[in-house]
Amino acid sequence: MDVFVQQLINGLTLGSIYGLIAIGYTMVFGIIGMVNFAHGDVFMVSSFIALICFLLVTTVMGITSIFLALAIVLVVAMFFTSLTNWAIERVAYRPLRGSFRLAPMISAIGMSIFLANFVQVSQGPRNKPVPPMITDVIVIMERDGYQVTLAWKQIIIMVLTTVLLAGFWYLVQKTSLGRAQRAVEQDRKMAALLGINVDHTISLTFVIGAALAAVAGTMYLMYYGVANFADGFVPGVKAFTAAVLGGIGSLPGAVLGGLLIGLIEVFWSAYFSIEYKDVAAFSILAITLIFLPQGLLGRPEVEKV
Amino acid sequence: MAVDTAHPAGAVASPGSSILPGALKDAFITGLIALGLLGPLVGFETVVIDGALGLAYRPLVVAIMVGIIFAGRLILNLTVWSPNRPPKAQAGPGPVARGMVAISPAFKPALFAFAIGFPFLAAAMTGGLNESRYLIDLGILILTYVMLGWGLNIVVGLAGLLDLGYVAFYAVGAYTYALLATSEPVNAFFASFLGETFWANWAFWFCLPAAGMFAGLWGMILGFPVLRLRGDYLAIVTLAFGEIIRLVLINWVDFTGGGAGIASIPRATFFGIPFTAGEDGFAALFGLEFNPMHRIVFLYFVILALALITAFTTVRLRRLPVGRAWEALREDEIACRSLGLNTTNVKLSAFATGAMFGGFAGCFFAVRAGFVSPESFTFDISAMILAIVVLGGMGSQIGVAVAAAVMMGGMEMLRNLGFLKQVFGEGFDPSLYRMLLFGFAMVAIMIWKPRGLVSSRDPTIYLKEKKAVSGSLVKEGHG
Repeated sequence: MDVFVQQLINGLTLGSIYGLIAIGYTMVFGIIGMVNFAHGDVFMVSSFIALICFLLVTTVMGITSIFLALAIVLVVAMFFTSLTNWAIERVAYRPLRGSFRLAPMISAIGMSIFLANFVQVSQGPRNKPVPPMITDVIVIMERDGYQVTLAWKQIIIMVLTTVLLAGFWYLVQKTSLGRAQRAVEQDRKMAALLGINVDHTISLTFVIGAALAAVAGTMYLMYYGVANFADGFVPGVKAFTAAVLGGIGSLPGAVLGGLLIGLIEVFWSAYFSIEYKDVAAFSILAITLIFLPQGLLGRPEVEKV
Repeated sequence: MAVDTAHPAGAVASPGSSILPGALKDAFITGLIALGLLGPLVGFETVVIDGALGLAYRPLVVAIMVGIIFAGRLILNLTVWSPNRPPKAQAGPGPVARGMVAISPAFKPALFAFAIGFPFLAAAMTGGLNESRYLIDLGILILTYVMLGWGLNIVVGLAGLLDLGYVAFYAVGAYTYALLATSEPVNAFFASFLGETFWANWAFWFCLPAAGMFAGLWGMILGFPVLRLRGDYLAIVTLAFGEIIRLVLINWVDFTGGGAGIASIPRATFFGIPFTAGEDGFAALFGLEFNPMHRIVFLYFVILALALITAFTTVRLRRLPVGRAWEALREDEIACRSLGLNTTNVKLSAFATGAMFGGFAGCFFAVRAGFVSPESFTFDISAMILAIVVLGGMGSQIGVAVAAAVMMGGMEMLRNLGFLKQVFGEGFDPSLYRMLLFGFAMVAIMIWKPRGLVSSRDPTIYLKEKKAVSGSLVKEGHG
């Protein structure tokens, strides 16, 4: 029971991070129907930007308040990651609209390889360890010497995710930008005829997705305390799995899928085998796509000629 | 980042007026964006000093890169993208294209002859077999990738299925050979009635077909459930399968040796005759002086033969109903289905055939290296093979071969260029930039020439006269 509660907390934390990345996949898929393969690497880039900014803020500027530092890091990482993703969309995906179907996908794979190796070349291939930032924990319950703890950074991650999701939901449901986005998603040509700037809307989708990924990247850096150029691939695939599991194109589905994947991964590691945790995630992806391609909350796709 | 490939937004000017202010403004904005993109990651380097993380600064590198982007964009705005520039008349194919057409009938035989004569040419050029080892090894590497490219070409180029887990079949082939050849029970079984050395001498020739068939079988097992999926989902699932196989190879230590891999795999033999210095070795039997290079040259011809078999099979298959069905499927899946083709079976046959050639190549890889480990079968290899197929022009045999030679050989040459070290400093290692260039090339090719470098493709069947179909007229990949 103690172990279970502890793993539940860990799983929800990890799931929040996956959920934030998954939104980027699901939004892009919803609006232009492509799997943005490079999104995992955008997440990785964001954690490096956060790392560099954190070092600048703490060592060069000498800010000692960890919460102030974290807030600055978040804003800076969101800005630069959004700029990166905006540029990626502009350069690698926009010229391919109307090309054959696999073209944007191949371009995205190329972009993903490019980003990972760009970071490897510019920052070096080794792990970058960050000193532990917020180490305080709250002991929830204790029995036979086993403590169930809730770390402050876990609270930060979960609260921040909830707040962001609420804001994001408001953006999509209530603002004119969200309305334009949903319209483009339904029918791009009709939306354009009705005066919506389609290119602009799609660009903004990439910017929002990147901003959420940047939050996830900063949280990931804070939670695990390490950044590596190869760390975009596996979290990216897991977040994509989350998006597919929740029903790709569905925003609540992405969050639900993220939480489920986080929980499954943590419980699998705790009760079965930690070596095969990635195998578990990849298998869920394959099984979902084969047996439940529309996901938990998605709509079945109708193929049109 | 290649911001300068996008078209200018601000450089609109009425004819005759100066375009310089607009061009300058546009170039300035591009430079600013480039600064934002490159500033954090290139301008600062995270370095570990005494166990703690610190920052190193590289403002000069950022300044140079941003400067290049600014100047490049400005020059492009003033010349190629200038609104005052008279539009170029499209008058048929350019001189390069016409030249290509003129030499193309001679190109394939010339390439073939060069491939056959390459080891002797290399030996003659470097002045002896032993000195040519480096060149012949490079030839083997290139041919391995040519073969993998041709194998994947069946899946991606002909059938239009994006397979990101091709390395899984390469791994299956390699491990099939490694496990069977080093297996004690199998050795003991053959030793009981065919002699002690039989299995060590013949393992490769028995395992080669087995590896291909086994990989093909795996292709069917993995392919069957997923081939109903649409193109991009299929890509992701194959990626997942590739990773699952690699992770299982790492973690199933009892069976596969785990991350340490399998070592001392029996070497290739000349159809049962080992390349040893002894009495019954290859050199003694053929009356040659013993030279370890004989084995390398033989391996070169083995992979050349395997690659040619792949190419020949593909060419023949394209003339069979199944090959036509692949191409039809690539062009329009819904039309195929309405004409009564069983698309799942058609896809499955392409997937399994491609997997089989991947298995052959894997078997060859194991016998050449004498060692296999999961490290050799990462996603990077899949991506590299895919990049070769994409760059070569999906579906084009000769394009894939040229792309493999340029990519693998070109990088190898870069490594040996001394002046690069003088420009970029002593620590410059071009091989680090290989995947970077591969990724960039994939994006650039998709934008600039989505059909690859060899982009006009002959239809396999035609009525009365043969007409080349321009790549841009063919629409593919629906479904």
